[in-house]
Amino acid sequence: MNITWTKYQAIVMGASAGGLKAIRQLVYALPASFPLPVIIVQHIATDSSLRWITSINNQAIIHVKEANIGEKAQGGIVYFAPPGYHLLVETNCTFTLTLDERVNYARPSIDVLFETATDAWKHKLIGIVLTGSNQDGAYGLSLIKEAGGLAIVQKPEEAESPEMPQAAIRRANPHWILSIQEITDLLITNLVSSPTVN
Amino acid sequence: MGPISNQYISDQEIEQFLEIIFNHYGYDFREYSRAHIKRRILHWLHLQDIPTLQAAQEQIPQDIPLATALIRQFSICVTEMFRDPQFYLKFRQVAIPLLRTIPFIRIWNAGCASGEEVYSLAILLKEEGLYSRCRIYATDFNEMNLALARDGIYKNERMREYSINYRLSGGKEDFSTYYYSQYKAAIMHQNLKQNIVWANHNLVTDWVFNEFDLIICRNVMIYFTRPLRDKVFNLFVASLSPQGILCLGTKESLKFTLVQDQFSILSESEKIYKRKLMHHS
Repeated sequence: MNITWTKYQAIVMGASAGGLKAIRQLVYALPASFPLPVIIVQHIATDSSLRWITSINNQAIIHVKEANIGEKAQGGIVYFAPPGYHLLVETNCTFTLTLDERVNYARPSIDVLFETATDAWKHKLIGIVLTGSNQDGAYGLSLIKEAGGLAIVQKPEEAESPEMPQAAIRRANPHWILSIQEITDLLITNLVSSPTVN
Repeated sequence: MGPISNQYISDQEIEQFLEIIFNHYGYDFREYSRAHIKRRILHWLHLQDIPTLQAAQEQIPQDIPLATALIRQFSICVTEMFRDPQFYLKFRQVAIPLLRTIPFIRIWNAGCASGEEVYSLAILLKEEGLYSRCRIYATDFNEMNLALARDGIYKNERMREYSINYRLSGGKEDFSTYYYSQYKAAIMHQNLKQNIVWANHNLVTDWVFNEFDLIICRNVMIYFTRPLRDKVFNLFVASLSPQGILCLGTKESLKFTLVQDQFSILSESEKIYKRKLMHHS
């Protein structure tokens, strides 16, 4: 596959059941200088405190935080959608949070992030769907692929819950179906050393 | 959401469409989050079975029901009673003692949506023994929302969740004493409504209408762009009494806004602020 890695400006990622473990593995491997913003929706109970974000930040090398309203997505930062809110990206790459109805029974919804991020970054976006036991993210990943972005899905055999990767594979026909380790290697090898980013 | 792929609507098309809505109907959504508005428009097109925004644009100036449905889409806000129980708990601790010193308390619940928040507030004030000397102005720009709020009728099935919220918020009674059930509905008691004034007010296009000791506006400004947020903060400053209290949503903040110096913080985590006494020279 012929890919111009230097064109990419952002990564969006979605996970549900089993996601925190997969996300930790991936995020802990990212260097502080990782050039792209990594924006993540993890389905999690609304009443859970933000301590899990703090705990990931404490153990990660890269800076990890909750996405704030109006904040501009920047390289070298991993952003999480706050529990209970949809995370949207404006075309000027700033964040919006909403309390609209659930999408795919979820708020935050992966589809909502992917859909709006596609508007913001178009073909310069990488979308990744990880473990989960629903269909959220499948539609959004198909939009990313249609727009010319890069679509990656975690191997269903490896995922703690295979349904979400399987749904994304069916709907989006992704460029790659990989293990977490392979996704991590792919991103680091191709993006960290690339000279022109942002 | 819908089957309409979002790439087919450009920013300019949306801008033009919002301009038409403003010119024909007076509702101004031009300074709302564009990503949010676009999702709502796509959803509305899907529900109305209209193939393109272009088609909707031609139809909407003379089709009032269609416009009403659109404005409804823009004002949908999912809310609940005692949402964010921590907020109410903190409110009891830091705001109630200040309100207690005021003989007649004027309150503005701006953007009351379907009313869950204003009834939560009424319950809290009642338990703190303050309700009888309060007047709560509950406002929203959408008449349909106001009608729902005024009725105070909610789904019985949600009451279990609300009573858990209520308990976590520091509630002191049996939550079921505040409503009565009829079939599948829970109807809020009349005595909670007696000091509430329902009114249509649009934060985008209307200005000051009274002076308040407390303004609660939670999860409304998350939908606004920065310039509109600044404008509404100015409206709140102009509407607050000296040392009046302002409460925002958990993800909203006065930090980095133009008015932040005019407030002191009563609770950073729960976004409860107090207007500073300003000494004019």
